[in-house]
Amino acid sequence: MSPAAPVNLTTPGGLLLVLAVLLPFAGVLLGLVLGGRHAQRVAWLTILLGIGVVLAITRASLGSGASLVYLLGGWAPPLGVALRADGLAVCMMLVVAVVVGAVGVYANGDFGTPAGQRETRAALAFWLLLLAVWGSLNLVFVSGDIFTLYVALELLTFAGVPLVALDGRAETLQAALRYLVYALLGSMFYLLGTFLLYGAYGTLDIALLAERVGAQPVTWMAAALMTAGLLAKTALFPLHLWLPPAHAGAPAAASALLSALVIKGAWFLVVRLWVDVFPGIVSLPAAQLLAALGASAIIVGNIVALRQARLKLLIAYSTVAQIGYLFLMFPLVQALNATQQGNAAAVTGGLLQAISHATAKAAMFMAAGLIYSTLGHDRVADLRGAGRALPMTITAFALAGASLIGLPPSGGFLAKWLLLSAAIATAQWWWVLVMLVGGLLTSAYVFMVVVRAMAPAAPGWSPKKQVPGYQQAAVLGLALCSFLLGLAALLPFDVAQIGRAVVPLVGSP
Amino acid sequence: MNAPTLFGLCAAVLVGFGLYGLIVHPQPLRKVLSFNLMGSGVFLVCAVIARRGAAAGMGGDPVPQALLITAIVVAFAASALAVALMLRQFDETGSSSLSNDPGPAPAKPAAKGEA
Amino acid sequence: MSIALHLALIALLLALAFWTVVARETFAAVAGFVSYGLLLTLAWVALSAVDVALTEAAIGAGLTGALLIGATSRLRKTEAAARAERPGRATRVLAAIVATAVAAAIAACVLLLPDPGPSLAPEVAQNLASTGVGNPITAVLMSFRAMDTMLEAIVLLFGLIGIWSLASDRYWGGRPGLAPVVEPNGILAYLARVLPPIGLVVGIYILWVGADYPGGKFQGGTVLAAMWLLLLMSGLHDAPAVSQRWVRLALVAGPAVFILVGVLGVFVAGAFLGYPEGLAKPLIIVIEVALLPSLAVTLTLLLMGPPQRSESSP
Repeated sequence: MSPAAPVNLTTPGGLLLVLAVLLPFAGVLLGLVLGGRHAQRVAWLTILLGIGVVLAITRASLGSGASLVYLLGGWAPPLGVALRADGLAVCMMLVVAVVVGAVGVYANGDFGTPAGQRETRAALAFWLLLLAVWGSLNLVFVSGDIFTLYVALELLTFAGVPLVALDGRAETLQAALRYLVYALLGSMFYLLGTFLLYGAYGTLDIALLAERVGAQPVTWMAAALMTAGLLAKTALFPLHLWLPPAHAGAPAAASALLSALVIKGAWFLVVRLWVDVFPGIVSLPAAQLLAALGASAIIVGNIVALRQARLKLLIAYSTVAQIGYLFLMFPLVQALNATQQGNAAAVTGGLLQAISHATAKAAMFMAAGLIYSTLGHDRVADLRGAGRALPMTITAFALAGASLIGLPPSGGFLAKWLLLSAAIATAQWWWVLVMLVGGLLTSAYVFMVVVRAMAPAAPGWSPKKQVPGYQQAAVLGLALCSFLLGLAALLPFDVAQIGRAVVPLVGSP
Repeated sequence: MNAPTLFGLCAAVLVGFGLYGLIVHPQPLRKVLSFNLMGSGVFLVCAVIARRGAAAGMGGDPVPQALLITAIVVAFAASALAVALMLRQFDETGSSSLSNDPGPAPAKPAAKGEA
Repeated sequence: MSIALHLALIALLLALAFWTVVARETFAAVAGFVSYGLLLTLAWVALSAVDVALTEAAIGAGLTGALLIGATSRLRKTEAAARAERPGRATRVLAAIVATAVAAAIAACVLLLPDPGPSLAPEVAQNLASTGVGNPITAVLMSFRAMDTMLEAIVLLFGLIGIWSLASDRYWGGRPGLAPVVEPNGILAYLARVLPPIGLVVGIYILWVGADYPGGKFQGGTVLAAMWLLLLMSGLHDAPAVSQRWVRLALVAGPAVFILVGVLGVFVAGAFLGYPEGLAKPLIIVIEVALLPSLAVTLTLLLMGPPQRSESSP
């Protein structure tokens, strides 16, 4: 770090980071005690306050143009634990707040507890887990300590696994158990890497580690273990097998949280480690390997998605493919680092991909939920009538699909544009090819779903259930966020790069 | 070779055993058991690191020791969640398996093994 | 302990671990694991980690053992079906190669770690006085890295919410575990009458000495949980319904007090989870005393599983 960056002092606004983590957790505690209808009210109060906190963090961060830092208990690392929020963390917190808000609106329909009714299992669990996921993710984004990050990952796992089995069917129990086994194996690898780093460098603090790590076998082993563990949790090919049944079997609002947000936690940590802690340790071939797995995910995930008979499974396999894009950034970052041009384009591209996928995928899963309620099934071959019954929802599905494909002006377009330019600038044309093929395959299944949904309904057909307008509006709102995200390129400032100007390479002065 | 190093090598083997069990055992319960075994190996690595940091009159570096206490408690919660999931799956389906095909129903031949 | 004793301990540990992996019957494997867990506490002691040894004995071997034994007896019917699923030779060989490679890499790392290892012990020693506690591990857990400990209490609670969420809808709000069967003259009932008062004292004692000597809330909480479990298993006491307000209050009280004391720190010590000069030890004890019952209730209910009978069930 440059001496100008005071990484170990609490900055103004630092306390907001504590609030971003603590508020949702306090909401879980209060919601559990009050129970019943009150859990939903507590969740809503927390969501509103939490969005306020995230906006305040954004304002403080833009105002100072530097990372926010908070020293817990006043103890500076390496003894204490610091919370830090750079531009990446702020952007992720913003998108999570938006998605949580939209999922909350949608879930009022599926998990509302009418007045006078007794507490129900699924409703209580959903509202508590929603807050649990939110607080855990905020902790993943702001924690500056690799062991606190381990605890954050576990919190996220414990919040995510029950969401899978929320409707209690036997096959979802199995999917949840399989997810848990992968996640636990991943945690153990991550934890072992953490311990090895402490054993070699005597600190768990990310900023201090970035200064201290040297190119030696223990560091490589720790990096490999932590990365492997995190890949299992992110479900990068070939560790993706747990994901489709888990994400497709959950109730729509839970699927949206899992597919849009939960997997991003572990991915974000890979970015933190590779870009901020180990930039001089990991080699270009290792990054190429990561991206090669990503490329395989894009091809395999998209092809399998095309062959799915059920809409929710199709969307889940599309997540497998989209996770692949998230890993294309690593060799680009490495190659850009080597050229001394700065890695901003590749990092921002990866971040935008995460954000546009989060908003688009949440919208798609909730759209699928509405289609299911309306038609009584989600067979892809038999979607006719859906367009007539749910025009807003099918529009939302198409817009979200456009973002996944990467059509302008969507967030997906801007993300892929940045990644493509970085690939060309660093002469790695093969990633360009993968992205183009992936886009074509994605457009095939998005198109297939939309065309079938637009077909006129059978005569005499009527919707199984009328879905509330606010649910449709929440879905459309999210899809529009994703579709219009590309306009962020017109913003006068680059939020993502706040506090990231100096990325020290090991050995550089 | 001193004691911490010996225990460190032992820990490496324990992680290997646990990992092997985790991969080959089809039963979720055996997987959880192997996960705990692997976990104990990881924890032992940490205790070795703590021991090597003995200084200032303390028998070991208290920071990794404190981390260990946290990690042990977290691992217990994970096992409890996994066990609850498999027992619920058993209640619903009469089987406990992670493979997709339902497999042979636990009919009469299964009862023989428990006698 | 001499090197010879260490070697013997390591050989035993490895043998039991090997048994746990290869044993045919799950019950035999679990039995091996429980003995392994108890032996492992000796390893912690040999590595001068007495606090960890206590935690491992209480939670790693004790509670996890109880959990796995309970699950094994419930799942016994699935054993034969699972054996038919056993993977082929190729998978086993591949698994062995992967496991050996990982183990070898870890072993290499252990040998390559710097000697003497880096340590924060001097810094802990330097700042120990300001925390008011004498046990450096308690200082780390409750002051320097108090955030982790707070989150850990929340992790346990999330685990429990997750387990409860698996209940079948008709039993929501009901009681976990099977209906108790009382055998008033059984040995279990006898123990359940005699032990809990002693256990209560021991649990509180472990918490109390934890400030200055090995011990603390997790270990003490486990002892209390064990006593309650004994009462539940003997049938002298029935598990509470999950809808009970007092149960929920007991679960969240500890984490809530932790958070409140943390917030208090913002105003009186200038930092979240900071303690004002001279008040550190009393505040730490307030948190630990509040956490003790919450941890005991949480750990017990984690073991009991989701509600599976109605509240009015006897």
